[in-house]
Amino acid sequence: MAFLLGLLIWFIAIALAVPFVTQWWPLPDTITEHARQVDAQYNLTVWVTGVIFLIAQLALGYAVFKFGSNRPGRASHVRGNDRWELLWTTAATVLFIGLTFMGYTVWAEARFTEAATARPADDRLIVEVVGQQFVWNMRYAGRDGKFGPTDIKLMDDSIGNALGVDRDHADGKDDIIVPRMAVPVNREVELMLKSKDVLHNFFVPELRIKLDTVPGITGTLRFKADKTGTYEIVCSELCGLGHYKMRSFLDVMEPDAYEKWLVDQESFLE
Amino acid sequence: MTEVAEHVEVHRHPLPTSFITKYIFSVDHKVIGIQYMLLALVAAFVGMGLSLLVRIRLVWPAEPFGLLETLFPVGAPDGVMTPEFYLAMLTMHGTIMVFMVLTTAPQGGFGNYILPIQVGAADMAFPTLNMLSFWTTFLSFMALMAAFFVQGGAPISGWTAYPPLSALNEATIGGYGQDLWILSIALFCIGSLLGALNFIVTTLHLRTKGLTMMRLPLTVWTWFVTAILGLLAFGVLLSAGALLLMDRMAGTSFFIPGGLVVNDVIIDHTGGSPILWQHLFWFFGHPEVYIAILPGMGVTSHILSTFSRKPVFGYKAMVYAILAIGGLGFVVWGHHMFVSGMSPYSAFVFSILTMVIGVPSAIKTFNWIGTLWGGRIRFASPMLYSIGFVSLFVTGGISGIFLGQPTIDLFFHDTYFVVAHFHLIMGVAAIFGMFSGMTFWFPKMFGRLMNEGLNKVHFWITFAGVYAIFGPMHYLGIIAHPRRYAETTSVDYLAAAGANELHYFITIAAMVTIAAQFLFLFNFVWSLLKGKVTTDPNPWEATTLEWVTSTPPAHDNFEGKIPIVNHGPYEFSVPGNERDFVMQCNAPDAAPAQDH
Repeated sequence: MAFLLGLLIWFIAIALAVPFVTQWWPLPDTITEHARQVDAQYNLTVWVTGVIFLIAQLALGYAVFKFGSNRPGRASHVRGNDRWELLWTTAATVLFIGLTFMGYTVWAEARFTEAATARPADDRLIVEVVGQQFVWNMRYAGRDGKFGPTDIKLMDDSIGNALGVDRDHADGKDDIIVPRMAVPVNREVELMLKSKDVLHNFFVPELRIKLDTVPGITGTLRFKADKTGTYEIVCSELCGLGHYKMRSFLDVMEPDAYEKWLVDQESFLE
Repeated sequence: MTEVAEHVEVHRHPLPTSFITKYIFSVDHKVIGIQYMLLALVAAFVGMGLSLLVRIRLVWPAEPFGLLETLFPVGAPDGVMTPEFYLAMLTMHGTIMVFMVLTTAPQGGFGNYILPIQVGAADMAFPTLNMLSFWTTFLSFMALMAAFFVQGGAPISGWTAYPPLSALNEATIGGYGQDLWILSIALFCIGSLLGALNFIVTTLHLRTKGLTMMRLPLTVWTWFVTAILGLLAFGVLLSAGALLLMDRMAGTSFFIPGGLVVNDVIIDHTGGSPILWQHLFWFFGHPEVYIAILPGMGVTSHILSTFSRKPVFGYKAMVYAILAIGGLGFVVWGHHMFVSGMSPYSAFVFSILTMVIGVPSAIKTFNWIGTLWGGRIRFASPMLYSIGFVSLFVTGGISGIFLGQPTIDLFFHDTYFVVAHFHLIMGVAAIFGMFSGMTFWFPKMFGRLMNEGLNKVHFWITFAGVYAIFGPMHYLGIIAHPRRYAETTSVDYLAAAGANELHYFITIAAMVTIAAQFLFLFNFVWSLLKGKVTTDPNPWEATTLEWVTSTPPAHDNFEGKIPIVNHGPYEFSVPGNERDFVMQCNAPDAAPAQDH
């Protein structure tokens, strides 16, 4: 019994840890510097927690098969040991808090405002992302760089104005609204995340970022993709019956392809 | 046995004479404890059934099952579960398990039965209030069950009921399910608040002579701290529930902002904030995690010590760790909201506090291993479950170190990684605590023995089974599988990364594990009726006060002879003693005075 239980605990610990360390099920690709930093922090955490995990589980398994009642004599009357307490308290404190501090700047990069991160903002592309049950709407400001005003009374899915953009307004005339997102490679993108109805969540695994779209609030996410390709945008906050199929795509394009895409979209406006 | 007893007339309620006062509207904490356990047992099997439906839907989203069509003509027309039925099952599974199982059995069940005896009291401080707590909780359970049968069916907004989804009928199929859900939660909060008062007063005021706080069994410590958490947390959820109900029924806008358009319908609410609900909910929700797990930690410490025949390693450190977990548990709720759009500054504070709470958890883990180290372990079934608890606690806790860092949480949030994490730590670890408590105290409570062989078979299948279910869910999280998806077919990267194979494996493991739970149910019922009768007051050679009194205990616990406590709770293998344990009420010279 003792031997089997100890063995089972060892087996489970190793069986769980191995796929983490060897990445049998790997994390998705990374397409931003931010994502690679997240992965570095993730890998560091895998190692730190992996060591703690294995020490704890292997010690547990060992204690189980070593100290069974069939061994001679009595159990030792040990009531504790202050040195050991101090050791594992200090070790846990240093490791856990140290990890948080190491990961702090990575997370702040994606969420802090322009001023705090001191990244150049001149050529950033602003895209408004509006979630609704169960589709994504992406709005681009057009050539004038200005988003037109919106009015909920103008919202009408059936005539293709899900966001209620005032097309009579000068700023709103050239706004482009599309169901999938196109961005040029190597260019700073700033997303304004909104929702028309309930909570949704904008998640692109390859970017390693996600943020709720909260009705009434505009959220900000920033990224700079450095690999072209098509990536899936999935909803990660329960939003109703069709939550599982609320999906779109992020197309990261070469700059000239992006320009062509933009021209195509403009032609649909006329 | 050199028990020192004093004769006191303490019992304020007379021996019940009718069936109703004895078994139904009983004021005896022991009967109420068993009532809570039975409620949790029924709820656990309902909740488990729902999880089975969820697992079936995930693996065979389009396969028709004739049986499902017969059982759920609305939810599964043509034998295929609809996505909304899937979400309803998932919502009710979470709600039933968190509230009706994890919050009732460890505290209301075992705590109610054992705590007054372990502190040497004849009953809880307020027996009638205790009865009210249970029956309010019972009503709450009935209200929740009713949600299945009303128009529109059970709610689909998850156990966290985030508005606006939970607040606007326009955003769902509507009906009264969500209203009943809120009503149920509100009643549950009231019942839990009343119960918490009782636990706190009983622990502080009804301890027998000599039972100082630092001589309390760790079980009592955890029930006590859990009660304090409940007292502070449930009031907040009750208020939040009242506000949400008003948003739904009275036209208020606490959680609904202006300018919403749902399915082309303009909503005429204005001025509320969905984030407010998240703050209120998680201010309750995070302490709730510890409400579920702390009693399991107490039982584990207690049983590891008893069956290793060794004192708890670092008793004082364990007490401080319990207090630290309880205190810190109130200041980490923000880590559930890293993706809500909160300021990175506040997220950083919540993150640091979250990591700090890992420290007392690590202390407890290493002290448990220290307790086993150098012992003479008796592998009875309560001990097996407790060892299982430690392993599950480590596995479930370690993934918290990933999720507590916003940098990594931004990827893992709302994926199966989180599902794996909380199921292991607050779900199955807490349930292993219940298994060990049940097998440990069963002879005391019912005067019969459970079948040890069946318990062991149940342990082996369940221990391996839960790892087979929840282990692979981490890998689903690593491949970015969002949770609460009715199927995987509409996202391309999931199938490509092997999500379907993992789901299939998990579902098979879940079926086997669920089947094994019927072994436990059978053993429980059969042992209750036909188990070997025992009157041995102390079959496990344990030290605390419940093992002094008769088996099963008399109506007033000690028949008027309340024992006096002379020793700490875990005096095992004291050198120079004939036996390897000294009971708390043994004569002072049975062991050298050595308060922890």
